[in-house]
Amino acid sequence: MSHILDVFIESLPLFMEGLKITLYLSTASLLIALIIGLFFAILKISTIKPLEWIADAYIWIIRGTPLIVQIFVLYYGITEIVLINAFWAGAIGLAVHSGAYIAEIIRGSIQSIEKGQMEAGRSLGMTKVQTMRKIILPQAFRRAVPSLGNQFIIGIKDSSLVSFIGAQELFGVSSSLGSNSFDFLTFYSVAAVYYLFIVLVLSVIVNRIEKRLARSD
Amino acid sequence: MANKEMVRVEKLNKAFGELHVLKNVDLRVEESNVVVLIGASGSGKSTLLRCLNFLEFKDDGRIFIEGEQVEKETHNLNEIRQRVGMVFQHFNLFPHKTVLENVIEAPIIVKRTPKNNAIEEGKALLNKVGLGDKYDAYPSTLSGGQKQRVAIARSLAMKPEVMLFDEPTSALDPELVGEVLTTMKELADEGMTMVVVTHEMGFAREVGDWVMYMHDGKIVEYGRPQELFDHPKEQRTKEFLGSIL
Ligand SMILES: Nc1ncnc2c1ncn2[C@@H]1O[C@H](COP(=O)(O)OP(=O)(O)OP(=O)(O)O)[C@@H](O)[C@H]1O
Ligand SMILES: [Mg+2]
Repeated sequence: MSHILDVFIESLPLFMEGLKITLYLSTASLLIALIIGLFFAILKISTIKPLEWIADAYIWIIRGTPLIVQIFVLYYGITEIVLINAFWAGAIGLAVHSGAYIAEIIRGSIQSIEKGQMEAGRSLGMTKVQTMRKIILPQAFRRAVPSLGNQFIIGIKDSSLVSFIGAQELFGVSSSLGSNSFDFLTFYSVAAVYYLFIVLVLSVIVNRIEKRLARSD
Repeated sequence: MANKEMVRVEKLNKAFGELHVLKNVDLRVEESNVVVLIGASGSGKSTLLRCLNFLEFKDDGRIFIEGEQVEKETHNLNEIRQRVGMVFQHFNLFPHKTVLENVIEAPIIVKRTPKNNAIEEGKALLNKVGLGDKYDAYPSTLSGGQKQRVAIARSLAMKPEVMLFDEPTSALDPELVGEVLTTMKELADEGMTMVVVTHEMGFAREVGDWVMYMHDGKIVEYGRPQELFDHPKEQRTKEFLGSIL
């Protein structure tokens, strides 16, 4: 046990670098994923058939293929066209992946808002877009907070796969340290502690937000 | 002298699939008049109101708002809806906004009223409906009667020419009905043009200028409240009044 503790302290600077990259990677990908998710959620509820089909196809492909395949395909696909580093290729890959799940979360929460809300907005002379933006989406996002939080946690853990295209995030750092020392078990265990810590912090934040939002209901 | 005509409907027809809900409905509402619409469940009252502010689209017939024939193809319906306010049975307040925010939202984003003016007018309206102490409350903390008065204030904030009420007191506990009807009566006394679907016959008698009885998508009888309630001409009207009194 004291061995693990020593290793933990010794490797702290390197893992901090990895942690930083994991956090940047997750944050960047989740922000992009929110935009992608919102976009496809709106396509799905547009009631314009071709747009719905596009969204369906996207969600079908993402759900039907492994994330690691998506990351590789995107990485090699994008690098065919432009030079891009592993970080951004990974962030975009993760975003395209989470985006599909977030689209479904947001669509579900938009459709869970009572029909009367749209009618009330329209009856006051607000346009569909205005009512969507000011009345429906704010309520839908509140309702989506628990599921979005859950998806964010999945996104953070999934970011470890970006190490396979060369990003030195937490998992990448522990792999390197492990192969240098042949002590894989210890370094992967240290990585697990970091992930647990991030997920714990995020869960607490999501919980707080839920409580705060519950006040107005 | 004839009063100004606010709403006119000619030969309005509306079907949902196979179900023919409005059948050649004619209606004329003059300025400052209160028209009360009564009828059994499913007779088409809500559908008629919803056609009047274009939440629902007619199949055929003509709708005139302040003398102007309105068609969804040629008119900006958002502009029309600003002039025709609607109060719903289930209030449909915005739960994520405070009472005052509910009232000022539409004037600010639709009419681009400066926020300070909107707040001032919003507060005045809330005072008027007796909710001067609830500006910052959230709808979920209000009683049904208070919610409906907020909804009325919210609708008034757009300064509509006509107000439509679809069973505004049907979702309320009996002891809360009075406060909403009082607010509506005050509005009527100030000269608001109103079309009201309600089962409150006392209100219909006291405040209504005209009463319309609707059955199965048709206007069966139309008249002054006293005539229609005390001396209904049509057998169907008699039966309906008998069933609810
Ligand atoms: N959007 C819709 N789609 C299909 N049918 C509808 C729709 N809206 C109303 N209807 C049907 O049209 C008929 C008339 O409905 P409407 O709501 O206008 O009646 P109402 O007189 O307001 O009744 P209530 O007193 O129950 O409110 C009913 O049979 C109803 O089921
Ligand atoms: Mg109805």
